[in-house]
Amino acid sequence: MAKQKKQAAKSGNVGAVMVVGGGVAGIQASLDLANSGFLVHLVEAKPAIGGVMAQLDKTFPTNDCSMCIISPKLVECGRHLNIHIHTLAEVKDVQGEPGNLKVTLEEAPRFVDLDKCTGCGECANVCPVVMPDEFNTGLADWKAAYRLYPQAIPSAFGIKKLDRAPCTLTCPAEINVQGYVQLIKMGKYQEAVKLIMERLPLPGVLGRVCPHPCEDKCRRKEMDEPIAICNLKRFAADQVDLGSINPQPVELRPEQVAIIGSGPAGLACAYHLALKGYRPTIFEALEKPGGMLRVGIPDYRLPKDVLNKEIDNILRLGVELRTNTALGRDFSMDDLFSQGYKAVFLGLGCHVGKPLGVPGEDAAGVVQGVDLLRRHNLGQPQEVGQRLAVIGGGNVAIDVACTARRLGSQVTIVYRRSREEMPAFHHEIEQALCEGVEIVYLAAPLKVLTDQAGKVMGMLCQKMELGEPDASGRRKPVPIPGAEFELPVDMVVPAIGQEAALPFLADSGINATKWNTIQVDEVTYETSRPGVFAAGDVHTGPWIAIEAVGGGLEAAESIHRYLRGLDLKEGRTLGKEAHQRWAEISQDAEGRPREEMATLPPEHTCKVFDEIALGYSEAQAQSEASRCLNCGVCSECMQCVAACQAGAIDHSQQPKTQEVQVGAILLSTGFQPFDPTRYDSYHYAQFTNVVTSLEFERILSASGPYAGHLVRPSDHKEPQKIAWLQCVGSRDVKYHSYCSAVCCMYAIKEAVIAKEHAHYDLDTAIFFMDMRTYGKDFEQYYNRAQQEGVRFIRSRIHTVDPAPEGNLRITYSDESGQRKSEEFDLVVLSVGMEVSPQALKLAQQLGIEVNKHSYAQTDLESPVATSRPGVFVCGAMQGPKDIPESVMQASAGAGAAGALLGDVRWTQTQTREIPPPKLIRPEDQPRIGVFVCNCGINIGGIIDVPALRDYAASLPNVVYVTDNLFTCSQDTQVTMTKVIEEQNLNRVVVAACTPITHEPLFRETLIDAGLNKYLFEMANIRNQDSWVHMKEPGKATEKAKDLLRMAVARASLLKPLLEKPLTIDPRALVVGGGVAGLNAALNLADQGYETFVIEKEKDLGGVAWRIHQTIEGHNVHAYLDRLIKKVKAHDKIQVLTEALVVGFSGYKGNFTTEVLVGPGMYERKINHGVTVVATGGQEYRPTEYMYGEHPRVLTQLDLGRLIHNRPDTAAGWNRVIMIQCVGSRNEQNPNCSRICCQGAVKYALQLKDLNPDMDVIILYRDMRTYGMLEDYYLEARERGVMFSRFDPDVAPQVAAEGDGLAVTFRDHVLEMPVKMPVDAVILSAAALPNDTEELATLLKIPRNAAGFFVEAHAKLRPVDFASEGIFLAGLAHGPKLMNESIAQGMAAAARAGAFLADVNQTISGVVAHVDPDRCAACLVCVRSCPYGIPQITKDNVSEINEALCQGCGTCAAECPAAVIQVSHFEDDQLSAKIKSLW
Amino acid sequence: MRLQYPPTVRIIEVPCTGKVDINHLLLAFEQGADGVMVVGCLEGDCHYRVGNLHAKKRVKRTKEILDKVGVGGERLAMFNLSSAMGGRFAEIVQEMTQKILELGPSPVRMAMGKAA
Repeated sequence: MAKQKKQAAKSGNVGAVMVVGGGVAGIQASLDLANSGFLVHLVEAKPAIGGVMAQLDKTFPTNDCSMCIISPKLVECGRHLNIHIHTLAEVKDVQGEPGNLKVTLEEAPRFVDLDKCTGCGECANVCPVVMPDEFNTGLADWKAAYRLYPQAIPSAFGIKKLDRAPCTLTCPAEINVQGYVQLIKMGKYQEAVKLIMERLPLPGVLGRVCPHPCEDKCRRKEMDEPIAICNLKRFAADQVDLGSINPQPVELRPEQVAIIGSGPAGLACAYHLALKGYRPTIFEALEKPGGMLRVGIPDYRLPKDVLNKEIDNILRLGVELRTNTALGRDFSMDDLFSQGYKAVFLGLGCHVGKPLGVPGEDAAGVVQGVDLLRRHNLGQPQEVGQRLAVIGGGNVAIDVACTARRLGSQVTIVYRRSREEMPAFHHEIEQALCEGVEIVYLAAPLKVLTDQAGKVMGMLCQKMELGEPDASGRRKPVPIPGAEFELPVDMVVPAIGQEAALPFLADSGINATKWNTIQVDEVTYETSRPGVFAAGDVHTGPWIAIEAVGGGLEAAESIHRYLRGLDLKEGRTLGKEAHQRWAEISQDAEGRPREEMATLPPEHTCKVFDEIALGYSEAQAQSEASRCLNCGVCSECMQCVAACQAGAIDHSQQPKTQEVQVGAILLSTGFQPFDPTRYDSYHYAQFTNVVTSLEFERILSASGPYAGHLVRPSDHKEPQKIAWLQCVGSRDVKYHSYCSAVCCMYAIKEAVIAKEHAHYDLDTAIFFMDMRTYGKDFEQYYNRAQQEGVRFIRSRIHTVDPAPEGNLRITYSDESGQRKSEEFDLVVLSVGMEVSPQALKLAQQLGIEVNKHSYAQTDLESPVATSRPGVFVCGAMQGPKDIPESVMQASAGAGAAGALLGDVRWTQTQTREIPPPKLIRPEDQPRIGVFVCNCGINIGGIIDVPALRDYAASLPNVVYVTDNLFTCSQDTQVTMTKVIEEQNLNRVVVAACTPITHEPLFRETLIDAGLNKYLFEMANIRNQDSWVHMKEPGKATEKAKDLLRMAVARASLLKPLLEKPLTIDPRALVVGGGVAGLNAALNLADQGYETFVIEKEKDLGGVAWRIHQTIEGHNVHAYLDRLIKKVKAHDKIQVLTEALVVGFSGYKGNFTTEVLVGPGMYERKINHGVTVVATGGQEYRPTEYMYGEHPRVLTQLDLGRLIHNRPDTAAGWNRVIMIQCVGSRNEQNPNCSRICCQGAVKYALQLKDLNPDMDVIILYRDMRTYGMLEDYYLEARERGVMFSRFDPDVAPQVAAEGDGLAVTFRDHVLEMPVKMPVDAVILSAAALPNDTEELATLLKIPRNAAGFFVEAHAKLRPVDFASEGIFLAGLAHGPKLMNESIAQGMAAAARAGAFLADVNQTISGVVAHVDPDRCAACLVCVRSCPYGIPQITKDNVSEINEALCQGCGTCAAECPAAVIQVSHFEDDQLSAKIKSLW
Repeated sequence: MRLQYPPTVRIIEVPCTGKVDINHLLLAFEQGADGVMVVGCLEGDCHYRVGNLHAKKRVKRTKEILDKVGVGGERLAMFNLSSAMGGRFAEIVQEMTQKILELGPSPVRMAMGKAA
């Protein structure tokens, strides 16, 4: 605090705070800060706030539903005018000085517009991508379009998108493979083909002929086999009539474009130009279009009708085709430009076969393979020989061979290498062999042999062998000298490659490469001549069709840009950007091979040209598609875009970087659960029925994967026996030596709740080392669990091994070291907390110090300040802690930031402008406007909304009705405001969703329109109707009419209610001048509030004076001196010592406390707005173990003083025994005193410092050195302090022996009594509260049986009293360490400060009123009010202070004379609803 | 969760079950309800501390009245649920609907001639 305070005086502070981490701590801190006048930027890495608490089922020790208690906080946070929530956001950099920091914030795209999304979930309904639901720890599924959890804030959905899938990135045409595979899975074939055709106009063709490089990169092969992508494409194309797919109409472009060649490149280019509005002309040299697709591929692989249909479809889009028109023969390049063509695309392909280069090649009977295929495919006359030799090993060679085979030839393929090197597709070689084609490997033609007529009669071949690998990596064929043979054939068909015919290039200004291809820019496909582009084989040399398609597509883009005068290169790069952030491949997913496609039986195939591959059946296709791993998560299938009626989906969103100015930063990044896969012995990864505690929370949760039904994951059977293993990842030097502080309690809670869930006798066992139930009321929870039959087994776990039927066998050593084992159905690992790598990285970026366990380093005096001024920390980032500790620290962090920025409060915040309200008199006839919501299709899809709207018009007092697509949308709010004014409405009814989320929004709209916000009523026709009766639309509509009629009936009777402003006295009173109280006072004063401190003793400081050193070695007295000096010197603090509270009156914001001060006992009245109770505690004075009877039986505090004052005496001792739990954990005081274990360790270490040879023995029940305190426990053991456990029924005995003392105790290992003479016995005596009985009565604040004050809520309001305006801190709340008291003091100050800062508070209109004329003062209300608010006045009638009333209505329902009414829920208003129902 | 349940219930919002008045419960039967459910927080979890315990008491008393007047106390029932127990709510509506169907229309409604 010291450092922070100095900075506060600096000018130029910014009245905004950034809170990093939206878990419960971050949420609490944000609310406290925003409510006390600061603009808050709440930064969350996930798509919604809520953190781990939102995932929990119940919370200990109250067994509250976790979601139920955090949800209101979420909503409050989400709706707060001065909290800006940044989701999916990360802090990148922080510059500047405390008070004025510049934060660079990066927000990842959500792909959903937060302002437009109504949370209806239609996107998730249609999303085909199923992923493990992280919120449910992978035990359930969610979609790529998802919401973290139903109650999430912001409630908008988001889309999870990683890098594009490797299949798409590999495809030369970048077809969205994952997308269309998903659509096929869903049976949406039309949509699938539409998606394919965004890139590829020939789906059926490529679905047959593509060599699918995508499949080589498919990650499914890491599991079994790649997805059969090509087959799926063919399947989809075969299902759909392309004529039914119509592209988006676009503006027609006038420029003429010439496309030379109608192969895949030319067709793709023409198609994409047509989609952009051009009407290109294709010039084709041959009589029919299709290029190599037509003339190079036989019908049995690609039937002509498939090709024809797809080409016709391209032509349908306005592409002109001129056949028999060849460039260089019929026209020149220059002709084209002179005819008015503005751009030219060259896609001529490679149609010229390469010669063999052997003698006799020009003989009759030597035909190039490509020529043979072309003639055959064009139906031109083509003779084939009886015996045919095909030279080559590529696909053309195979195609020629199989074609000739079908025409009746004997075919021998001659290939110069071996089978392995053959470039043709494996399955085609197989096919050829199957059809009877012979292949001669390792042979090359030497000479074509001819007869006298010059006709081929054979071929002389050279035998080869494989030598060294060549440039292609394949082994080079080397002739075997002398090994030659003759092949008797009558026809020789070379098929060793093709090239382009480029004579037209001469003088055209277009350059060729040395490989005789056209030279182009690799990105733009522009040739050396402007306006001329080229792609396909003529650019690449003979290559695959899909590459040509990709080239044609890119060239079309370039031509478009060229014609529009745009930069050809902007935004285009060569090669694909891939970070390879892809969905993880599940370790336990089972393999499933790909679907085999049926083929024609071999006996058919070699005779006919029918297509061999028969395609998938529908079931096969969907099954195959479902194998896809969805590498990119979102498949970009765009179904969500079509489904979202609100138009909220935006797949084009990009990451956003912004700079945010703030005065301070509060880190609340929380923890991550320890990942137990690191342990071999627990087999977490291998056995489904070994789960983490967080997974078990989800299993228990009613909103979890099993809807709260207690079953185990492997077989969904109800477990009979569950074991919990404690300290997984904690108290283990291999991973984390610290204690995770919460696991003992949550394990007990889970065991108790599991027993509640089971309707049978569930056996639960917790295997533990020390049971650390050290928090307030935790020990009693532990005791209760024992009574309820939860077994607690003190043990060390050896292994968890599989047992039959999915069960698990736990082998462990019990306390005596004996090895035992037991079988369970389900094992829960109580995993600890750790700092996530992201949080650690952030800490390093911010330059804040972390301790050796990676938690943020803080010190005693400033428990929420980091090493960097202006940066604060709270929650589990500062150390493992439970929810109330986190919430407390969050408030403390808010207080610390508030104290730093006190001078700039309310400078960055917004307030709502409210127009003057319209006067509504009781006699005014109700004029009701009814707005019926379709909620997209959520309501309208089930309920007949127009009928409902018309029905509403028939109801009494309804003067206006309408229906909206989304009544909650921003534009509807504007319309609603206008309608209220134009129609002079004085009541509004909205029939839509739930008032929980939407009533506040509509009420604000009423306020904007000048209507009192209480004149509003909702009919929940979605959550309570259309959603839950979706199978009975007729009945749902009837119910909606009923609900609407009820709403209108009540609305007619609604009254405007005045929310009276609350005046607040901006002064604070702190009762108690100990460490907690002084810190509270100091913080309040630093925030700028005048503060009174009342201390009953003469001196400030309280019980802390009795402590000299903390376990960390902090000098407590020096700290107290500084603290008291600072308090006394503060100009806003008044200290009253020897002061006693004798009177207390008033209510929140306006208290009056009467105090008797000083030795003179003069009376003083203090008016103040808030009260902080910090009355402190004391050490129990033991009556056991000879305390007070023997001078060397001391308490811890006695020992502390002795060590400080007479260290030599202590140093002279040879043996000391400490006894734990004196006055705690017993019948009189069942609580654990939390601090005595660390106290014993601390003093043991101090004694060891004085005399390392001293025997120090600590007799304990459970060592409860929670959190980082475990480090000192470890140190004590290392330094020879001995620890011996005792059971309370065999407690140690202390006896005087002569001058000395002796202790007898039972050694738990030896199982024998041991008697030891000792020099001193130290009693770890309980921590008790000071006597506050009178104060509690005066302030009407509750205490528990032990005398500790009871906070408003054990989890989320740990420093508030239920009575508003009164706060709590320090030992008065429960035993705690000094740094915890300081934090709580600051937290109380922050909460109190936020209350004082909120000067615009009003009193809710929903309060109870008594009709005094009819009140009989029967006291029923006084007795029934849960808050004790009603008072009987001196006029003998009941009076309810509306500033205190909570509005629950209990008194009204109890009042026998019905003279109490709760505004807004008055009897006639409720009766009207009931009466209108029938 | 959108769990389906019979479209037989009409929900009336109150701040707390502590506000549920015996008169209102009786009014519902008087007007023709065949059954009435009071649904509040889990015991011990009342947002207003003990409102649901007051309601429990009143429901008990109302059941006695219903028994006396011949409507039958079993037509009124109180349930305690947390906001995370949507599944149970759907079950309860199902069970209550079943029970009322077995009981048939309320005698009050029969007398009023409103029975279908």
